[in-house]
Amino acid sequence: MKKYVIGMLANNEAGVLNRITGLFGRRGFNIVSITAGETEDPKLSRLTVTFTGDEYARDQAIRQAAKCVDVEYIKELPIEKSITRELVMLKVATDDADMRKDVMDAIAAFKAKQIDYSSRAVVVELTGESAKIDSFIELMKPYGILELCRTGTVAMDRGTTCLKNS
Amino acid sequence: MILSGSQILIETLLEQGTDTVFGYPGGTVLNIYDELYKSSDRIKHIISAHEQGAVHAADGYARASGKVGVVIATSGPGATNLVTGIANAYLDSTPIVAITGNVGRSLIGRDSFQEVDIKGITMPITKHNFQVRSTEELADTVRKAFKIARSGRPGPVLIDIPKDIQIATTEYTPASPLPSDKAPYAYETDIAAAAKMIAEAKKPYVYCGGGIINAAAGPEIVALADAIDAPIGFSMMGLSAVPTTHPRALGMVGMHGHYAATKAMYESDLILALGIRFSDRATGDKKRFATGAKIIHIDIDNAELNKNITCHLGINADVKETVSRILECIAPTPHPEWAEQVASFRKYEEENLYLGKGDLTPYQIIDAVMERTEPEMPIATDVGQHQMWAAQRCKLEAPRTFVSSGGLGTMGYGMGAAIGACVATGKRTVLFTGDGSFGMNLNEMATAVSQNLPLVVMLMNNGVLGMVRQWQTLFFGQRYSQTTLDRKTDFVALAKAFGADGYPVTNKEELTAALDKAFAADGPVLLDCRIDQDEMVMPMIPPNGSITDILVNLKN
Repeated sequence: MKKYVIGMLANNEAGVLNRITGLFGRRGFNIVSITAGETEDPKLSRLTVTFTGDEYARDQAIRQAAKCVDVEYIKELPIEKSITRELVMLKVATDDADMRKDVMDAIAAFKAKQIDYSSRAVVVELTGESAKIDSFIELMKPYGILELCRTGTVAMDRGTTCLKNS
Repeated sequence: MILSGSQILIETLLEQGTDTVFGYPGGTVLNIYDELYKSSDRIKHIISAHEQGAVHAADGYARASGKVGVVIATSGPGATNLVTGIANAYLDSTPIVAITGNVGRSLIGRDSFQEVDIKGITMPITKHNFQVRSTEELADTVRKAFKIARSGRPGPVLIDIPKDIQIATTEYTPASPLPSDKAPYAYETDIAAAAKMIAEAKKPYVYCGGGIINAAAGPEIVALADAIDAPIGFSMMGLSAVPTTHPRALGMVGMHGHYAATKAMYESDLILALGIRFSDRATGDKKRFATGAKIIHIDIDNAELNKNITCHLGINADVKETVSRILECIAPTPHPEWAEQVASFRKYEEENLYLGKGDLTPYQIIDAVMERTEPEMPIATDVGQHQMWAAQRCKLEAPRTFVSSGGLGTMGYGMGAAIGACVATGKRTVLFTGDGSFGMNLNEMATAVSQNLPLVVMLMNNGVLGMVRQWQTLFFGQRYSQTTLDRKTDFVALAKAFGADGYPVTNKEELTAALDKAFAADGPVLLDCRIDQDEMVMPMIPPNGSITDILVNLKN
């Protein structure tokens, strides 16, 4: 099982996300994350689907999604060759001064951002590749994560290559 | 000019060349039906007994004619009654446009009377679907729907039209149909690679699917098979693409295929798989499928390449054009040893042919119909044993003459499909059905009668669900769970109750007499043909089996 990322530009219409997730679901491809948002062209939204599977699943997922009438452009964005980012907001308990100091040190080390501060908790924002987010979450676990939310991966090609013209 | 949504729908259907629609009226399509009433001189509407019959009729109409079939149903139950028929069309790549009414926009999402999210429900079983959001976008939506339905690999498209959009008015500008999407063009390198593989092959085999019918590529397939001295096998959907009586045609392959067709495929060293999707019913155990053969797979649907069977060369292109291009790159090569081997498979098949039991056998029934066959006469089937017997035995001379539910295997498909095929062609149509399948949608006899369609219903009545019973006999220790119907239905009286003719048939003499009458009649006739309940479809490759597991005849 490998992780794959697919980028798509699709018609910015109701139900498109449904079509894509439905397609993955009924063919048994396991979505890790899916992100969608409007682009500079309001007619198109950009979707990034991260999923796990084998070569067969990757091949079929791309070919099947490419058939979807609403999908205008689609390509795989190989994780090692593309720029991938994810954002997490993580609320961690800081019951005493020592804990708080440890958390602040971790924030500095990870180049994360403290975006909320209260007497017994801080909220941290961290952007990076999924692996970096994973290790930060691991690091915070012992302190007591109150809640967290991840955006899921967004990805694009390096250089001048774009989804639209590749 | 300023028209209402309903008027625009009729005008855009006419733009597409639609002259016949199937359907059933109801609350949210009243406005559409009002316009159909006013336009009855331009567009013919055929009302079914149930929406499922109407959608199967649109499907049968599309298969028999090659045109896009159209069905109209109301919201809620009308729409959900289409679902099986839409799924059936999806799995067999049939171009239909299904039009449903829905509650007005202000009532959507409030669980209103007869409201159902038919767009959501049909998402996985349509090529694409729409809910129209304004009267202004209705015309272009219909035009797009037809283009999608017929482009590339055809399939069903649904348009859901809220009631207030049918009533509201807007400017309508006539337009001609949008051109279908251009088919992908095969790379020169792939054509060359295919030619090289063909030149190296000693035992080539042409495997022909439903895509050949859609591409009207029968002549190219025959030319290819002639050039490379190959036999031709068919998937069930491919039957009729090339005349099944052609000397190179071995018939259907797979679970209940002809022995020679399946055996030759397994023994070949190169399979040219054309317009095919390698369904599990055709391949059996994929790991043991034709392990000695290289596969060239040509299909217009890129997602079919390497989906079910990994091919050595996959070409995503129009099969007609691609085969023509390959033909230009190959030298005719005879393979006398291979031809001899194939002939020996045929001989074995003939010598071991299972002919059935009882006073009246399924093959006798089919043969008697075939003796009376009229040019380009459509043959429709339901699903089960009778379907396999028909697929094995019918002589199909022209494309689009075999109308049968392949991928979904929809019992109850036959009556609607036969009506659609009959309406599309204007020709006498034969339906082979069983008492199980016929029982599912026999209400459509009413439609056949009111339309006075020359429909010959060949009911193979064994009093059991024969195909399931066959599996219970072979794999479930003869425990006939819920397959012995014991219904006591008098099908002859039933046919007469609907206003059709009906004849009981228990032997060959009665069969001849009844068929003489049926083929002379103007309207629908049912022949209640009694066959043995233990009749089996042979040969059979057990599920997930291979050629080595084949049961050729009940004797072995």
